[in-house]
Amino acid sequence: MRLLRLVPDNTKFDFMRFRHISFPLSALLSILAIVLYFSHGLNFGIDFRGGTLMEIREPAGTADIAKMRETLSGLNLGEVQLQQFGSAGEVLIRLAQQPGGETAQQEAVQKVRAALGDQIEYRRVEVVGPRVSGELLSYGIIGLGLAILGILVYLWFRFEWQFALGAMIANVHDLVLTIGFMSIAQIDFDLTSIAALLTILGYSLNDTVVIYDRIREILRRYKKLPMPEILNASVNQTLSRSVITHITVTLALLALLLFGGPAIHSFTATMMFGVVLVGTYTSIFIAAPMLIYLGVGVGRDSISAEPEPEIINPNAIPARFVEDTGADEIADKPAARPGAKSSITNKPAPKSKPKGRR
Amino acid sequence: MLYFSRWKAAATILTALVICLCAVPNFFSPEVVAGWPKWAQRHLVLGLDLQGGSHILLEVDANAVRKEKVETTRDDVRRVLRDARIGYTGLAVRGNTVEVRVRDDANAGQALTKLRELSVPLGGLLGGSGQRNLDISSDGNLVRLTVTDAAMLERIRQSVEQSIQIIERRVNELGTVEPLIQRQGADRILVQVPGLQDPARLKELLGKTAKLDFRMVDSNTPVEQALQGRVPPEDDLLYSASSPKTPYLIEKRVLVSGGDLTDAQPGFDQRTSEPIVSFRFNTSGARKFAQATQENVGRPFAIVLDNEVISAPVIREPILGGSGQISGSFTVQSANDLAILLRAGALPAPLTIIEERTVGPGLGADSIEKGKISSYVGAGLVVLFMLVTYGLFGLFANIAVAINVAMIFGVLSMLNATLTLPGIAGIVLTVGIAVDSNVLIYERIREELRAGRSAINAIDAGFSRALATILDSNITTFIAAAVLFYIGTGPVRGFAVTFGIGIITTVFTAFTVTRLIVATWVRWRRPQRLTI
Repeated sequence: MRLLRLVPDNTKFDFMRFRHISFPLSALLSILAIVLYFSHGLNFGIDFRGGTLMEIREPAGTADIAKMRETLSGLNLGEVQLQQFGSAGEVLIRLAQQPGGETAQQEAVQKVRAALGDQIEYRRVEVVGPRVSGELLSYGIIGLGLAILGILVYLWFRFEWQFALGAMIANVHDLVLTIGFMSIAQIDFDLTSIAALLTILGYSLNDTVVIYDRIREILRRYKKLPMPEILNASVNQTLSRSVITHITVTLALLALLLFGGPAIHSFTATMMFGVVLVGTYTSIFIAAPMLIYLGVGVGRDSISAEPEPEIINPNAIPARFVEDTGADEIADKPAARPGAKSSITNKPAPKSKPKGRR
Repeated sequence: MLYFSRWKAAATILTALVICLCAVPNFFSPEVVAGWPKWAQRHLVLGLDLQGGSHILLEVDANAVRKEKVETTRDDVRRVLRDARIGYTGLAVRGNTVEVRVRDDANAGQALTKLRELSVPLGGLLGGSGQRNLDISSDGNLVRLTVTDAAMLERIRQSVEQSIQIIERRVNELGTVEPLIQRQGADRILVQVPGLQDPARLKELLGKTAKLDFRMVDSNTPVEQALQGRVPPEDDLLYSASSPKTPYLIEKRVLVSGGDLTDAQPGFDQRTSEPIVSFRFNTSGARKFAQATQENVGRPFAIVLDNEVISAPVIREPILGGSGQISGSFTVQSANDLAILLRAGALPAPLTIIEERTVGPGLGADSIEKGKISSYVGAGLVVLFMLVTYGLFGLFANIAVAINVAMIFGVLSMLNATLTLPGIAGIVLTVGIAVDSNVLIYERIREELRAGRSAINAIDAGFSRALATILDSNITTFIAAAVLFYIGTGPVRGFAVTFGIGIITTVFTAFTVTRLIVATWVRWRRPQRLTI
């Protein structure tokens, strides 16, 4: 059976050359996102702004939104938004925060119920008072900060600080762009959005870490290769994985987007943008080349003054460059003897850190 | 990497199997599961967004608790000084402080000694925190008693505890299944009631303090005078609960309070057939009530609930039996509710609803349906894609992912976790991540093959190198999930739970199940060439 190959073997794209385009582009987009955030603002949902959200359904099938709007605006409840949600009979009603504290919110719901009558099915009623909404917002921001910090510390321990910093810059960039997207698409920004942002953070890091892992491995294996070539090789070698993984995630998200219903629509739309569009781009075009500027492998370029043309493409590694892992000798007698386990374990290159190589 | 000792293989299979089996109770109806042993009954709980229900966050009115605490202290001071026959002036409350001026300088020392007896260590004899309930200072003949912050916090904590007990009693009267009532933070109470059709009644029951007092109506002062703003200091101007609002002048002194009730039941008046609530006092309440009614035959008294006059009947004869009835334009429902409230007792302080999220059962059922469809479609697409991309190894990956998902449900059931709609999204995304771990391994095998290794050697090297990457990438994602769990509430937390558990089972599956499947296949087929 011939299997699907989406990415040809041994690709040799010079990804690093794109950094002269991708860095200014990302800077521009980030600024644009920040400008959007301040000009358009985020469409804060009731979780963070306080207020009332009611999802109702007209059992007859079609809801007369214009008539409902007229009825509700007569109640003197401040800003009232109505919006069709899902099928023609379903309407989302949003009431702004009522002046007069927590009890006033509850009274507003009573008024709306009284005005719309009992024939309507109240599918969902959410009331968030002013105190809770303030707390939810600060919790959300604290949570994002904590997550970034925790991941930074982990990467710092696992890799070098340059890697941690590079991943961090890349992922803050992801978040900024995603927030810009949410601002331009006016997606409801609520607790679920914080969940989406954190997931994007996790996924995007997942991707970055996979490439960084490879960079670290090649750094250890080839001591004389200049940095841009190491980065290129790493991205090229992991390219097939990146593509396949992103297709599967996209398929899963697509199913959620198409069949998950309106309740998680904004969540999946945000994820789609953050994970699929931004996350991949960032890992390849921002996170990896960032390491050049952060000074990983400084001193390599001077060593490689004498070029080694045959290893420009480490995908086709000539036998003499492959570190002897000791695995080849036992290759044809797998798992035969008990106790042979330790010798089968594939010892990677010596565990010295790249820092020691300067 | 491909070698598994018999024991390890057995342990892997057993672990995966046991965890998967934990999901079994979810497939049977609750009635069937109820007959099983206790340890086998743990199952998934559907979140409020899926089965419908109300999530209500209440806050104890800390200011009311504060005020009440300081006023109690003021009353204590008055009592102590009266008992000791010490003259005083200017007894007043300022913030958390009670101030009093002893009239005669000669008595100042004695007054201070007496008042110091009010200051006791917190937490009883065994408290041992070294903190006291009052800070007492004096300045000449002026004595200041300040309620300490520790005492205030302790009082608020007690109020929350008492409120939780009372709310439990009230909610249980609604006859709902598995309500959840728990404290949140310092002064909040979370009430989650699944499957409730009408949250209005629940809110009605939660929002009432239900402070019931029997007090005398002041018949010496005309109400008109009070309405003009001259309320006698020993009286309160209160209004009737039923409209039109009739004003009453009610003495502040409480004859008997609701705390002395032992029972309250809804019923019907034998003569008028109107709904009533009949009640019974405990012994001390009955004695107090008997004495009060004996002394006041012919005068009206008032039944006051949450500062509203429910009724103000005239005492025709002494009520000695310790029981009575309240009538006052009730409906059957409101009589029933009042009986519930009186039986459950009064809240120590008013509660405010600061957050409410209610999902109707219709929306919940729709969400389950949508969650199912999107999961099936998502899983189907991914399975198909893996088969097309990796062939036989794609099949291995699909088996591993299926086991992975079964294990997620197993762990969720073991933890009695709550499954929400975002939680289902978390599972679908886990499928994506779980597939990624397989992709990492397979891509590495492909690379090792290209580097010229033999088939078996490539598989071995692919696994050992990819697993390090899988660990790194999943731990970073897990950190995000953990933070999400920590900060999230309700549906978001549901997402964090499934996502976090999914990451753990993914790492477990990649390290053991997938490896075992491939190792078994290698041992069986001894492949010389690989199609991957």
